[in-house]
Amino acid sequence: MNTKNYLKDISDIKTMMSRSSRFMSLSGLSGVLAGVYALIGATIAYFQIKDFKFLIYNETDWISDNPYSSLFFNLVTIALIVLAAAIATGFFLTLRKAKKQNEKIWNPVSKRLLANFALPLVSGGLFCIVLIQYDIAGLVAPATLIFYGLSLVNASKFTIGDIKYLGIANIIIGLIATQFVGYGLYFWALGFGIFHIIYGTILYNKYDRPSQSEENIN
Amino acid sequence: MKNIIQHINKAFDHRVRLGIMSILMVNDFADFNMLKELLGATDGNIASHTKALEKEAYISIEKSFINRKPNTRYIATASGREAFTKHIEALEKLINNND
Repeated sequence: MNTKNYLKDISDIKTMMSRSSRFMSLSGLSGVLAGVYALIGATIAYFQIKDFKFLIYNETDWISDNPYSSLFFNLVTIALIVLAAAIATGFFLTLRKAKKQNEKIWNPVSKRLLANFALPLVSGGLFCIVLIQYDIAGLVAPATLIFYGLSLVNASKFTIGDIKYLGIANIIIGLIATQFVGYGLYFWALGFGIFHIIYGTILYNKYDRPSQSEENIN
Repeated sequence: MKNIIQHINKAFDHRVRLGIMSILMVNDFADFNMLKELLGATDGNIASHTKALEKEAYISIEKSFINRKPNTRYIATASGREAFTKHIEALEKLINNND
């Protein structure tokens, strides 16, 4: 009996099943960097809020006629810059990894991955706008964490399965954060910053480590 | 030992056919180009192997038009899934027996 051929058959089957249903080129390093950006953003936001409180308590001259809207504008700008930087880095590093693994970045699987990731995320984004509309801004941070976590769990079926646990972790701290309104920034820094860095490092060590891949360029 | 070998299905005894079945086991359907890209095979290759699998009634074929371009979808049938599962089990047993 030719065992070697049968072994190869089994490994071919496994490879084809995962290649055709999971997009494996997601970069772990981009997770780490997204976490770092989030922490930098959270630190800047922290000082913005501190300055704002200082202004309120000391009743000094307002920099603008409406300090609330100016602070709000600054915080939204920081959030958008962090988001844009994280997406750009993620896209670039994933593209690079896909090229190395000979996987097309825009294939039926990555489309499915994106659609499944986007559905809870976009719903969550719209829901947060509604929260702001009704002046329940304190629940925005918990809601973003919960919906982001749901997006990760939903997307985990179509990529590296491990991101499911990052999703569950984010849902849990999102729910905890609902009981600590006013501390949203800290939960944000934990969920988007520290969790990303931890999980990105785990994924990087598990899948991307140059020593484990055939080529030694990374 | 003979019993096990009986379950090794000749219909799956080729890299491309094995690949087509593996892909269709985990996807609701796959179209021609998806199979071609994933398996790195030629048009003629995919066409002849899908035909062979269709003949065994292991896969079914749906033809339609997307933006006026013909599109062929391949779907694993219930009997195809059953046969492939048995094939995998037989492969695993063979490997374990030989260890």
